[in-house]
Amino acid sequence: MTALLEVEDLRVAYGKIEAVKGISFSVEAGQVVTLIGTNGAGKTTTLRTLSGLLEPLAGTITFDGKPLKNVPAHKIVALGMAHSPEGRHIFPRMTIEDNLRLGAYLRDDKTGIEKDIQRAYDLFPILGERRKQAAGTLSGGEQQMLAMGRALMSQPKLLMLDEPSMGLSPIMMQKIMATITELKAQGTTILLVEQNAQAALSLADQGHVMEIGKIVLSGTGQDLLHDESVRKAYLGED
Amino acid sequence: MHELPQQLANGLILGAMYGLIAIGYTMVYGIVQLINFAHGEIFMVGGFGALTVFLALPSGFSLLAAIPLMIIGGVIVSVLVATAAERFAYRPLRNAPRLAPLITAIGLSLALQQAVWKWYPDAKKDRSFPQFNGDPFHVLGANIQRGDLFILIAAPVCMIALGFYVTKTRTGRGMQATAQDPDTAKLMGINTDRIIVMAFAIGAAFAAIAAVGYGLHNGQVGFRMGFIMGLKAFTAAVLGGIGNIYGAMLGGIVLGLAEALAVGYVGNIPSMELFGGGAWKDVWAFVLLIVVLLVRPQGLLGERVADRA
Repeated sequence: MTALLEVEDLRVAYGKIEAVKGISFSVEAGQVVTLIGTNGAGKTTTLRTLSGLLEPLAGTITFDGKPLKNVPAHKIVALGMAHSPEGRHIFPRMTIEDNLRLGAYLRDDKTGIEKDIQRAYDLFPILGERRKQAAGTLSGGEQQMLAMGRALMSQPKLLMLDEPSMGLSPIMMQKIMATITELKAQGTTILLVEQNAQAALSLADQGHVMEIGKIVLSGTGQDLLHDESVRKAYLGED
Repeated sequence: MHELPQQLANGLILGAMYGLIAIGYTMVYGIVQLINFAHGEIFMVGGFGALTVFLALPSGFSLLAAIPLMIIGGVIVSVLVATAAERFAYRPLRNAPRLAPLITAIGLSLALQQAVWKWYPDAKKDRSFPQFNGDPFHVLGANIQRGDLFILIAAPVCMIALGFYVTKTRTGRGMQATAQDPDTAKLMGINTDRIIVMAFAIGAAFAAIAAVGYGLHNGQVGFRMGFIMGLKAFTAAVLGGIGNIYGAMLGGIVLGLAEALAVGYVGNIPSMELFGGGAWKDVWAFVLLIVVLLVRPQGLLGERVADRA
């Protein structure tokens, strides 16, 4: 069986500066795969290229059996890839409910959409309580919940989360990580980008360590969690 | 001799035109942060489109029956020119420094004026526009010419339709999302290129409708008419808060009323006699803009842009 997402020798540049220098990895259906690494390692660039916001310099991306060459971002969503971007990027002047509806922009099944909005409220009750409130008034953690809920509204085959724990309090971060674990248990396929290596590796099936545009180490989440070099570099141990 | 109701009516008619044109500036700016300085000419070609349709109709055709056809003709011409400008002039410059599309817009504006001047029959001077005959209506002490009813009806109808479109339809919500955060809008599956074309097209259609109102009001259209009307409508858009469609209409009405009142009354103020009358109306319009920008830089209904992450 081929993987849901297959990335081969992907290279991405901003002008002359190459941010991703030939990386390969894959995500199987039902798996949680994480990319970890410091700032500037190329993790966000990788996700933005996968979802079509950036054009690759070289390499191939195959999603659900189809090559994503010159496919614009809005069509990639239609193929079943959802991207919750770094910094959350909720629509601040719209209500929480309208934000969720935008996540279902390409869907036509009204009853299904209502059901999924309810599902997002079950997952994040605080969103349900504030459904008519402008999204810009939410706290950072609540905005992150909204961004994740919104991404799920397209019923994606692959959910890509970029730094969901960024800037959150430890309690809120645990909550977000618990939600990801819950989504995993429900069978959602997730590509998770994180700087918080400990949390990401604990729940990932597969992990890849990125450094300045390259994957330097790959393994199962547990292997990497116990790898000495990873512990030194990313988990703050001497 | 200048009565208040009459001045208010004049201001409202003028303001409705400014407001309808201002929608085009504000929608395009709201989505691509471009001041489309060729929008005044989009308005102008709409007027010529409507005139062309009228001239093509058999003589004896009633003007009232011709109006819908003239609207269609004007809208088609304006929308075609605006979407072609978007596709071939602005889109290639979308990631260029901001000055480039701005200069392109000014160039396009001159090119359109000169094209009409050169190729439209007898357009080197103003062409007369059909007029409704008959006595004006008397409303609350003001005389309203029959032709002016057009813009007074068209402006609110267009606003209500636009408000409905933006908040209740899927593309309308896509438009709001694109205005707030274009990259994230793409991640929702929104075809932002199409949304941008729609913004240009709606603005152009409204400008063409305003041009029919302008022709009926002034009795003529000319290749230069887009310049000052465009500038005023742009002022109205800024006055109301650029990016906000209701602000554009409000700004238009406020500007129209301010002009009419200045024309009517400034000359009556002791020691201001010199500054009254029609010759100074543009000055007062821009004085109003400066005052509003000093007191409320984001415009009447504008929001502070700080929440743009």
